Amino acid sequence: MVLNRRIIVTVLVLIALALLPVLLGGAPFYIGVVARAMILAIAAISLNLILGYGNMFSFGHAVYIGIGAYTVGIFAHYDIFNGFIQWPVGLAVSALIALLFGAISLRTKGVYFIMITMALAQMMYFLGLSLDKYGADDGLVIYTRSEFAGLIDLEDHVTLYYVVFGFLLLTVLGMARLINSRFGLVIRATKFNEARMRALGFPVGRYKLTAFVLAGTICGLAGLLLGNFTNFVNPDMMHWTRSGELIFMVVLGGMGSVFGPIFGAITFLLLEEFLSDLTEHWQIVFGPFLILVVLFARGGIDGLLGRKDRSDD
Amino acid sequence: MTWTLLLEQSLNGFQLGIVLFLMAAGLTLVFGIMDMVNLAHGSLYMIGALLCATFTEWTGSFLLGVLLALPAVLVVGILVEVVALRTLYKRDHLDQVLASFGLILFFNELARIVWGPEGMAIPLPAWLDGSIEILPGVPYPTYRLMVIVVGLAVAAALYWLVVKTRTGMLIRAGASNRTMVGALGVNIGLLFTLIFGLGAALAGLAGMIAAPIVQANIGMGESILIPAFVVIVVGGIGSIRGAFIAALIVGLIDTMGRSFLDVLLGTFMSANAAETAAPALSAMAIYILMAVVLFFRPQGLFPPQGRG
Repeated sequence: MVLNRRIIVTVLVLIALALLPVLLGGAPFYIGVVARAMILAIAAISLNLILGYGNMFSFGHAVYIGIGAYTVGIFAHYDIFNGFIQWPVGLAVSALIALLFGAISLRTKGVYFIMITMALAQMMYFLGLSLDKYGADDGLVIYTRSEFAGLIDLEDHVTLYYVVFGFLLLTVLGMARLINSRFGLVIRATKFNEARMRALGFPVGRYKLTAFVLAGTICGLAGLLLGNFTNFVNPDMMHWTRSGELIFMVVLGGMGSVFGPIFGAITFLLLEEFLSDLTEHWQIVFGPFLILVVLFARGGIDGLLGRKDRSDD
Repeated sequence: MTWTLLLEQSLNGFQLGIVLFLMAAGLTLVFGIMDMVNLAHGSLYMIGALLCATFTEWTGSFLLGVLLALPAVLVVGILVEVVALRTLYKRDHLDQVLASFGLILFFNELARIVWGPEGMAIPLPAWLDGSIEILPGVPYPTYRLMVIVVGLAVAAALYWLVVKTRTGMLIRAGASNRTMVGALGVNIGLLFTLIFGLGAALAGLAGMIAAPIVQANIGMGESILIPAFVVIVVGGIGSIRGAFIAALIVGLIDTMGRSFLDVLLGTFMSANAAETAAPALSAMAIYILMAVVLFFRPQGLFPPQGRG
């Protein structure tokens, strides 16, 4: 491994993230913004697995954020705060839903796949809206965060920050290993030439479904964290525009790059904070910005850090 | 008594189907011919409704409002195509989806600045505001009946345009083989702009006729866009006939589900359970329909012929 610009920048960003609460000692607001960015980065990394490496344009990924957050919310609604119950259930439900949705949508290709994932996600959004018991469109307030038998106290915002940071590191390093493993190579090769992979005897459908489920589960983790972080869950977290924002984070960071989604998520949220400080109508700038990125900067931020032997060009 | 309710609700479902068809016709044309996914189609629906509201306020007449707003949406649509979307035809679907998502953010915020966050209501003229007895003792709102009539007329006109005219022949030819049509010397760029404008006008019209019922507001486009996607996926992308039939099916299922599912479920489960399950199930009904259709016929119910 050569010490190039990409590695230096990546290491610097990670060090900055690690030291942030120390540097910003008395500014919980900015710690909050960055913690939120890191949670969305976990979701974006999971989306990147299917979007960037697997060529599966899922437009419904925010559903799994909602499932994770709703798990925390619904358990808390029944006064069950034990994270050792909440979290495994949240991950299992995310995986199951991803298995079901993946099995349906992977029967289709191209634009049908985009629309199906979008429609299935929208179905969950409407399901959330119709659940009067769990607050319908108002959602649920999560008064007590997940409890881990006194081992970790998530109510402390610096602790929560480091828990999020830990999961982010775990996710990104895990993803780096995964995409270079045999499984990852099959997924990436499928993106190039699915027919050839099939001819070589790989059960391509099963590999894609596995990637889809894995991505959904990791995104469910982001949802568990987000529910705890915001103390709140509502159907809007699953709205298709949220999924669109996740896709934009991946593209902004650089599709099919390991650390790209982290850069993308952080840039997205900082830009949002910065622009909404300037004007309440920040989206009138943000929309065209998105279009310009799509038209002229497809490499994303990762592309600015120099060429690499990209797997997808 | 339930029969009149059933009749009334089927007409409501029919009317929702008509609005969905106007949306889906443009989407399916643009997709079928240009291979372009345009999420901003919902924005044109919203722009149509808001422009119509403004023109209605200026002129004091809903009819004049519609007549003025229609060409205005057409122009907006053509502008959008020429400025932003034209460059995207050659890009992959993800790029198109993302860029048109950017357009949605832009248009929503623009609408918020121009029309305010509340949106606008469109008051109906007196002659449309009442109700007519469709059967002895069964009144039905005149306006909703009007929507159905106008929608059917537009559908018929569209059918005539696509099947009987030279332009329509080019549209159909473009849908089955765009490269060949280009090679035969047809100005593809102009044809695309034209079709996009037509789709925009249809979406705008859908917004205008829906506005007096649901009020013209920000974000109204996003709530109709996804059901319109369901329609074109169920109907088969690129097929206008498919879009028409699927729109009516989706409209009917959605409306009927919301009105009668609790009664239906109540016949074989406890009233309490039915009351909880019915809203959830009816909200999900059209998506379940789509999943089932795709499972058995991934290309939709009426895929256009001659696509390789």
